[in-house]
Amino acid sequence: MTKELITGAEALIRSLEYQGVKTIFGYPGGAIMPTFDALYYHSATIRHILVRHEQAAAHAAEGFARSSGKVGVCLVTSGPGATNTLTGIADAMIDSTPIVVIAGQVASAFMGTDAFQEVDLVGVTQPITKWSYQIRKASDIPWAIARAFYIAQSGRPGPVVLDFTRNAQTERFEYEPMRLDFIRGYDPYPTPDMENIQKAADLINQAEKPFLLVGQGVELGNANEELKALIEKADIPCGCTLLGLSALPTNHRLNKGMLGMHGNLGPNVKTNECDVLIAVGMRFDDRVTGRLDTYAKQAKVIHLDIDQSEVGKNVKVDVPIIGDCKETLPMLTELVHQTTHTAWIESFKPYEKKEYEKVIEKEIHPKEGPLNMGEVVNAVSEAANHDAILVTDVGQNQMMSARYFKYSRNRSIITSGGLGTMGYGLPAAIGCTFARPDRKVCVFMGDGGLQMNIQEFGTIMEQRCPVKIIVLDNNYLGNVRQWQAMFFGGRYSFTPLLNPDFIQIADAYGIPAKQVVDRGDLKDAIEEMLAFDGPFLLHVCVKEEGNVLPMTPPGSSVNEMLLEC
Amino acid sequence: MNRKLYTLIVHSENIAGLLNQITAVFTRRQINIESLNVSASSISGVHKYTITAWTTEDEIEKVNKQIEKKIDVIKSNYFTDSDIYQREIALYKLSTPEFVQNPEASKVIRSHDAHIVEVNPTFLTVEKTGADSEITKLYEELSGMGCVLQFVRSGRIAITTSCFERVNEYLCMREEKYRKQKAKKDECTEER
Ligand SMILES: Cc1ncc(C[n+]2csc(CCOP(=O)(O)OP(=O)(O)O)c2C)c(N)n1
Ligand SMILES: [Mg+2]
Repeated sequence: MTKELITGAEALIRSLEYQGVKTIFGYPGGAIMPTFDALYYHSATIRHILVRHEQAAAHAAEGFARSSGKVGVCLVTSGPGATNTLTGIADAMIDSTPIVVIAGQVASAFMGTDAFQEVDLVGVTQPITKWSYQIRKASDIPWAIARAFYIAQSGRPGPVVLDFTRNAQTERFEYEPMRLDFIRGYDPYPTPDMENIQKAADLINQAEKPFLLVGQGVELGNANEELKALIEKADIPCGCTLLGLSALPTNHRLNKGMLGMHGNLGPNVKTNECDVLIAVGMRFDDRVTGRLDTYAKQAKVIHLDIDQSEVGKNVKVDVPIIGDCKETLPMLTELVHQTTHTAWIESFKPYEKKEYEKVIEKEIHPKEGPLNMGEVVNAVSEAANHDAILVTDVGQNQMMSARYFKYSRNRSIITSGGLGTMGYGLPAAIGCTFARPDRKVCVFMGDGGLQMNIQEFGTIMEQRCPVKIIVLDNNYLGNVRQWQAMFFGGRYSFTPLLNPDFIQIADAYGIPAKQVVDRGDLKDAIEEMLAFDGPFLLHVCVKEEGNVLPMTPPGSSVNEMLLEC
Repeated sequence: MNRKLYTLIVHSENIAGLLNQITAVFTRRQINIESLNVSASSISGVHKYTITAWTTEDEIEKVNKQIEKKIDVIKSNYFTDSDIYQREIALYKLSTPEFVQNPEASKVIRSHDAHIVEVNPTFLTVEKTGADSEITKLYEELSGMGCVLQFVRSGRIAITTSCFERVNEYLCMREEKYRKQKAKKDECTEER
């Protein structure tokens, strides 16, 4: 093949094509103009989605990546364009989401002079990326893009930032596409230690009360079937983290529900009763463990993770199994005995019953009063045959939708777990519609969070993204209000919201919308929303001072959940 | 908690910005770096960092893993003083008139295995290599005589007492693993 003399900007776009990129979320500006100019000629192969704020580009890329397993790509300008993506980059870092953010940068000659729209992006993003690199000359481009994609999606995925100087965009060089699958200092798939796998199997074989924690790592490793094989053979009940909820179907007999502060009672209490605790692709976040010094102290802990640095970070681990769980789970399955733990599994039942009677029934089948968040979520999930992708924002709406939505397929919950980013939901849902046009995408938003990226109605309007937006409007920053009620003497310091008419706003953007206040109207409105071919906004007025329960109060142990407050 | 002086030896690619990333790991966990030395290593293109910090075994292990996680860090290991041979270098600038008046001074320098490397009528320079405590001891004795004008010490450098440079082994292992994976992949595609 003969080499061709092309500009850096053109080379960048071709390198993206070479990586199989078909969708980019972006926003133009001075320092990235040459690249947008090159993009102009590639509309047949690359679809560029013009967002209305760069933060949304990053979240959309996250939603794209999380729902498809492919790398999400953003293209933005220098300075404010780049800094606007920071929240999404930090979010992708803590939730292990593969995105590549390409930002313009002033020309090398101007760097360090406080030039117009110059920001030290590499310096700023180093702590919140897997890799951050400045492209100073065009000839670096094929290598930098190949390396960026390799790093973003291999091993434990994460965000990569490429800071693309203007001179590197305009210089010409002899372009040749490049593949990269080796970095000597970076071992994304550590070789598992067979001895430890045997040790873990021995522990599991001796266990009378084994309990397994399912994390997002199972989804990231595409190890859903491998997980099922293990738990079914050794008959191990499971709890799922927020990000791991759809790694195991909700209705699987061994799925005992959600872990964490607002998770289900059974899996939380049983964490402190099991004799062997097996954690798969999860990182013992404080929202999952509650008080650490009383967490699962009675249990031997086995931790399967691809990231060595997660082992022993928060919880002392007896047997670490470092490696890709797609590989390590079958190794473990082979060594464990086929067995049953009927009595142990039965022992979850009283807790399920208690939670149902004290919390769930009241939440999803209330007899009177205003609509509850839980009942709305439950009704949407049912109407969608428990087969939709759930996207959430952050707050009560997030916890309620995670709790009451049901999952039958993998990669079906897209939510900001580690960072808890309000404003994440709407743009992330946009990203999902491009990655998974085959699936229904339902996003639950709070009235607060909706207004953090509401400008994305513009993107939805322009692209006709078929997102089903359900606004759970309680006229409060509800999550904070609940804490104020419980721990701050009921002083509602700046949590009541004066909201605009969301229907009128949707209307202005040409998004069909409907308001529901009465219980009797809910089902029909949901049917109408789901049947509509295109975006739809359902504005649901829910109970103003509803609380998310159960709850492990901060500083309490996982077996000290409150069922009422 | 049992705090000790740990020495962390990090090998990395020679890439701008890595020093920042490495020190940030300490800062985030609120651990003070006692000393830090960065230089080229015996392997071309590979930089070596020698970092010391007072902390606990548990903390240093976590720091070590976080550092090793950086893409362009090749290998990071931590040691206690019994696992390494370590040295610092110090320079002492002494006032020549004071020095001449004090006959003990030159004895002290000799007894500490230090050397005078430069003399002129105003000052003389003494050089000493040694362990941290020896360097401090010499400083204390000289400054007790009131003749120290300036004093500077380097960060620690260290080599392990085991015979191989671990990084070499590690790099060989990495290349081999890659070759094997590649061969396996090629086999799979051929079968198809
Ligand atoms: C960007 C950002 N700012 C602030 C917070 C803190 N916070 C967490 S939940 C919440 C309230 C969210 O209110 P709303 O969107 O109405 O959702 P609700 O809890 O009422 O369902 C706030 C302010 C956050 N998580 N993210
Ligand atoms: Mg609200």
